[in-house]
Amino acid sequence: MSLQDYSVTRSSPAARIAALCALVGLALLIAAPWWAGRADLRLMGELFLYLSLASLWNLMAGYAGLVSVGQQAFVGFGGYMLFALTMFAGLHPLAAIALAGVLGALVSVPVAVLIFRLRGAYFAIGTWVIAEVFRLGFAQVSALGGGSGSSLPVAIVKSLASKRAMREALSYWLALGAAVLVIATIYLFLRSRKGLALTAIRDNELAAGSLGIDIWRTKFTVYVVTSAMTAMIGALIFLQKLRISPDAAFSVNDWTAFVIFIVVIGGIGTIEGPIIGTLLFFALRETLADLGTTYLIVLGAVAIVMMLKAPKGVWGLIRTRFDLQLFPLGYRVVKRAEHKGQND
Amino acid sequence: MPEPILKTHNLAAHYGDFQALYGLDLEIHQGEVLAIIGSNGAGKTTLMRSLTGLIRNAPGQISYNGQDISTLRADQVASLGLAMVPEGRQLFPSLSVKENLMIGAQVGRKGPWDLAAVYRLFPILNERKDQPSTSLSGGQQQMVAIGRALMANPDLILFDEISLGLAPIIIKDIYDALPGIIGEGMSAVIVEQDIAKALSVSSRLYCLQEGRISLEGASDTVSRDEISRAYFGIK
Amino acid sequence: MDWVNAIVQGTLLGGLYALFAAGLSLIFGVMRLVNIAHGDLIVLGAYLGLTVTAATGLHPLLALLLVVPTMAAIGYVLQRGLLNQTLGDDLLPPLLVTFGLSVILQNTLLEVYSADPQKISAGALETASVQLGGLSLGVLPLFTFGLAIAVIWGLQWMFYRTAMGRAFRAVSDNQDIAQLMGLNRRHVFGLAMALALGVTAIAGILLGIRTSFDPAIGGGRLIFGFEAVIIGGLGNLWGTLAGGVILGVAQTVGAKIDPGWQILSGHLAFLLILAIRPNGLFPRISA
Repeated sequence: MSLQDYSVTRSSPAARIAALCALVGLALLIAAPWWAGRADLRLMGELFLYLSLASLWNLMAGYAGLVSVGQQAFVGFGGYMLFALTMFAGLHPLAAIALAGVLGALVSVPVAVLIFRLRGAYFAIGTWVIAEVFRLGFAQVSALGGGSGSSLPVAIVKSLASKRAMREALSYWLALGAAVLVIATIYLFLRSRKGLALTAIRDNELAAGSLGIDIWRTKFTVYVVTSAMTAMIGALIFLQKLRISPDAAFSVNDWTAFVIFIVVIGGIGTIEGPIIGTLLFFALRETLADLGTTYLIVLGAVAIVMMLKAPKGVWGLIRTRFDLQLFPLGYRVVKRAEHKGQND
Repeated sequence: MPEPILKTHNLAAHYGDFQALYGLDLEIHQGEVLAIIGSNGAGKTTLMRSLTGLIRNAPGQISYNGQDISTLRADQVASLGLAMVPEGRQLFPSLSVKENLMIGAQVGRKGPWDLAAVYRLFPILNERKDQPSTSLSGGQQQMVAIGRALMANPDLILFDEISLGLAPIIIKDIYDALPGIIGEGMSAVIVEQDIAKALSVSSRLYCLQEGRISLEGASDTVSRDEISRAYFGIK
Repeated sequence: MDWVNAIVQGTLLGGLYALFAAGLSLIFGVMRLVNIAHGDLIVLGAYLGLTVTAATGLHPLLALLLVVPTMAAIGYVLQRGLLNQTLGDDLLPPLLVTFGLSVILQNTLLEVYSADPQKISAGALETASVQLGGLSLGVLPLFTFGLAIAVIWGLQWMFYRTAMGRAFRAVSDNQDIAQLMGLNRRHVFGLAMALALGVTAIAGILLGIRTSFDPAIGGGRLIFGFEAVIIGGLGNLWGTLAGGVILGVAQTVGAKIDPGWQILSGHLAFLLILAIRPNGLFPRISA
């Protein structure tokens, strides 16, 4: 028995199979406008957008330890930027979405400088205050409809594509593309050195700091990048909705509560978690939605029970039980295949 | 031979996957002063935490006055008359000297020790009674910690490394006061790295080494050689 | 004179905000827990006050005698039954569990009481006023401010002069050693939460008399309480009163400039203080 009998690898049979399935699945999903009905297409688009929001929130909270209950600030900001840039600057919606991301990044810098002065739960509430400031601020802008909001002009809507079917397909592909982009970005980031630093911070901030990792800078970067992408998703969301108002744009329930539940139930601190969580969330919603407030009570109760009994979420349970990792991130030691004819 | 006030049976302790204590069988006799010596990491503080209930134990491992206290919570064990002077003093920073002493009496046990008695023992504490406890010198803080444990009027008092971080002259003063503290009927355990001091006040000793008892003997007859070997684990 | 009036009204409003914040501050001080459901618990207090006054015909201030013990009992059960399990080094569980609790509370209130705005009627108290130096001051705001001072004074007295307060401070300093002294920390934490919710009940009923309320306003009240605590500085109850006053004044002065700017001015004042004095004005402990 010697070292040559073992190798260190990131991949595993499960990960390879999952990658294959993902490619096949992706091809199917891209083809969806041809095989799915209108309502299903809309539902899937919504699912991908929630998946993106959840993955981003998970990056911040599960990896960087920045628990925010105020991400709706950037969702709404992105939405309003879409409306403002298309209506007043004459930009094409797609360009507006990209620019909304850039503006989101710029705005998040002074915000981060302010709220990084707070820690833990106080940081969380601080993010909520920021969201409220955004909400109240935008409600004062009469050009964008003030407190009651405004609708996206038909001309702008038609600039996407003249036929409705084409527009719906485009919306869907944008949502799918966003989800793929977000998850790919997160995965590549976590595989990089910066990502390793982040995982170190998550596991033990004190030890990471003593190793020379710039904690503040790393968290700051994650916050800015996450907020920028959240703003882009927000722009996409309101491109689909075609109408914006301060209460809808900055709703705690829609953009934070649901997102948090998705991540907690799916599994915080893993890439697979938000995927599972989003699927479960939508399955739950389709079956329970008629119950209105009861549905939210059930959601809240499930989240509490999960946090207490299974803090790593559904994916955490699966992962511990079967030692599975679909996105190859960790390293593992594998025994090389036996050579025939060699005896110990 | 009267019943031991405390007896452990195959006492084990783990921190996650790491085992700190391996099947200890020890006894503390009524009214005696027992020394427990050992180097850093030998398991002395883990043993103290197990006895006082700060660590979860499996049932049947510790009996106190004949009662199985293995699974009791620390506050329950305290109410039975077991008090500890913790390693590093660990006074409450938000409380004054007097309040630290009063908290010691929280268990509500009757006995000779009250504020007046503690002030008689350590008069300097009366002078500084309203000051924040952490503003005192190391030796004075140790006095507060000892006083705090006495206020519980315990039957068994554990002293966990009381000489740590103190100047030799202060250590001498405190050890000189010990016989007066451990009055009639009280049993005591002195956990120490300073072997000479531990032997000077105790009648019996155990030596711990890597979570096991490596020596048991009478303090006045055990030889330096035996202790060295047991302390360092030399066979 | 108008400005003086705005400042005075803001100061009195600060009393209500200090009451919002007192429970939050107490819990953080004893067990380092920030309860995201705190605002919704204030609203729960208001609804309990509403139900008790409707069922018994009692004046709301007398209803306090029933609602305060009820909320205290709820607090004890909540802490021992649920929140004690979340305490530890990890910051995620208490945050996410209290967030889930907030959602459950809001929606339960929605189910039971509907979304219609409600108000607790207190008869003459609602509109009575006294003339003081050319200003017309409402009796209710004056009473609220006075009550805030009394409550904070009472909490300080309890903390520094009683055995229970000693126990709170000891357990918050060092849980292990406090256990060695015979303190059952689960019970002590339960008592702390009971006390905090008792104070919160007072805040809720005074809120309910003053303005109309509905299940959704909890989040806003949490934010006001939180801002008062941060402005005033952590670990200092009198600081929290000062923080509440500053917040109240910022709001009323902002409203004077433009009615739509009332709440926003409060937030901006908070952010300003956060920028120049991140630890608050009179901090005793750091976050």
